[in-house]
Amino acid sequence: MTRTATGDRPQLEAHLRERRSQKRKLLVPFVTAGVSADWLDLVVALVEAGADAIEIGLPFSDPMLEGVTIQQASQRALERGMTTTRALHAIAELELDVPLIAMTYSNLIKRHGYEDFCRRLSESGVSGLIPVDTPLDEAGPLIKAARTNHIETVLVAAPSTPDDRLKQIAEVGSGFVYASTVMGTTGERTSLGQQAADLAGRVRACTDRPVLLGFGISGPETAVEAARHADGVVMGAALMRRVLEGQTVDEVTGLARQVREALEAV
Amino acid sequence: MAEPTADGRFGAFGGCYVPEALIPACRTLEQEFRTAWADPAFRGELARTLKLYAGRPTPVTPATRLSAELGVNLLLKREDLAHTGSHKINNVLGQGLLARRMGRTRLLAETGAGQHGVATATVGALLGLDVTVFMGAKDVERQELNVFRMELLGATVVPVTTGGQTLADATSEAFRHWVGQSETAHYCIGSTMGPHPYPWMVREFQRVIGEEARGQCAELLPAGVPDVVVACVGGGSNAAGTFAGFVDTSAQLVGVEAAGGAAIGSGSPGILHGFDSYLLQDDDGQVLEAHSVSAGLDYPGVGPEHSHLADSGRARYVSATDDEVLHALRKLAQTEGILAALESCHALAWVLRAAGTSELPSGSTVLLTLSGRGDKDAAQVRELLK
Repeated sequence: MTRTATGDRPQLEAHLRERRSQKRKLLVPFVTAGVSADWLDLVVALVEAGADAIEIGLPFSDPMLEGVTIQQASQRALERGMTTTRALHAIAELELDVPLIAMTYSNLIKRHGYEDFCRRLSESGVSGLIPVDTPLDEAGPLIKAARTNHIETVLVAAPSTPDDRLKQIAEVGSGFVYASTVMGTTGERTSLGQQAADLAGRVRACTDRPVLLGFGISGPETAVEAARHADGVVMGAALMRRVLEGQTVDEVTGLARQVREALEAV
Repeated sequence: MAEPTADGRFGAFGGCYVPEALIPACRTLEQEFRTAWADPAFRGELARTLKLYAGRPTPVTPATRLSAELGVNLLLKREDLAHTGSHKINNVLGQGLLARRMGRTRLLAETGAGQHGVATATVGALLGLDVTVFMGAKDVERQELNVFRMELLGATVVPVTTGGQTLADATSEAFRHWVGQSETAHYCIGSTMGPHPYPWMVREFQRVIGEEARGQCAELLPAGVPDVVVACVGGGSNAAGTFAGFVDTSAQLVGVEAAGGAAIGSGSPGILHGFDSYLLQDDDGQVLEAHSVSAGLDYPGVGPEHSHLADSGRARYVSATDDEVLHALRKLAQTEGILAALESCHALAWVLRAAGTSELPSGSTVLLTLSGRGDKDAAQVRELLK
């Protein structure tokens, strides 16, 4: 029988806090489950390249918050036959020493049932969940089911989020606070605006949970810029674009390695 | 039909499932709509514009020859006679005036058949607001003439090439653009769908259909109220507006979905485009494409209040096939001289099927909302009838 490493994977926030305490800037790459035949190899390679956690996108047919790259990655994964069940079975087999975070849309979670969905995440060794279109106000029942199953629910903060609400997001969510650099969809950008720094500062002022900036992190420059204001970055579209263009696991991982190196200097 | 709960729910349905970035925009919109709707000046301006610009009230026309043939007394609420050719103008004038009051300079809209896009382009021109309309590439092709009309009116039409390239994809794309522009642009959703407050707000703007029809039926019918009130349902705005005028009467309320897009008839509860409602989806929760001859009903979901009306039993929902719809279109054209939109012909298709059966016994009185005119469909119908 294959041994699964799910029991060994660390809890999300504890792990990120520990890494942060070593003065390390955090790197969380994003991979759409099933985007390519070797997506699991990519996950493993990204961990070897210095990822502190991996965000796994469970593809949804109508991803409202995604720019064109992650839309295409989702569509390709679904065309290749990826489902939530298949993705979770596949990642349960991975032996990793960093946490896995599932990112998806409300409908997939609701369809499987909050309780059932979270139990299955947990059984697959996932320790965090980012429900991108479930805002604070709708998240209550999901967070309850997640807690029961030892899943930390990561909530997103946006530049438009007022301070009192940021505080609630930081309190009610766990794992880390996912701060969106822009008012916009996911996707690569050449530089980050003042909005990113402002939001990261406002979040940090109300919580000591790790704060990661995501959206628009396209390479070492934007990652470094973001990491000056936050505890680290989430990088998705830049990696998925390379996968969609047919780059090998080594080539795609090369970008993550460059970002890791650049972050060492922050 | 009452106000939703504070969290935007009609029974178990509705809510506000949007990315965090859009929460402030939804909250602001709710407050602004609430204030405007309670403000006699706003209500007065809307009523005046509906009258002097959109041509309201629209008449209720007895369908005399068709009634004689069917053995029922059929009345048509003529939204096809409203400016731009459908009921969509009622909602867009409301949202356009609200957007202007809120200081927004742009309107974003999704469109399926093009009727909502045309209405939005029209109101944008009237109020001096920039308009961008998102439309599935497949619909751009099917509704070529409407695309041209929107462009003539000064709007920019953006073809959407993702997914099934129809209304659902256009809606997702409109949301994506709104996230980036919510401080300057108002997203003018075309039906009783989307996150709170949209389903409620759009129903209130469409309530005028039902309220007018209630008064007109009182004049035309000895009993004052029809036995049955029927309307087609995609997202469900003309039906919601119509039902709002009759929900407190003895009239049976019937919504007619497209057989290939029957969210209530063959879907299950799910979350799409910001709200919880019946939805066509697979076991994994992936949204299924709707398939209908009518672009306006080619949507896998349905407004949350309709899901609630269905579950509570106050309204019932049936469906009509493409063939029945084409037959109905021709029938109405040849007996009453009215060329109706394919969407509206779904409601008529049910009347043709049900008349004389226990569903709609002979002698019944029926009010049918004819939501739009069929000129936009002429080229497509010609192809289909070949």
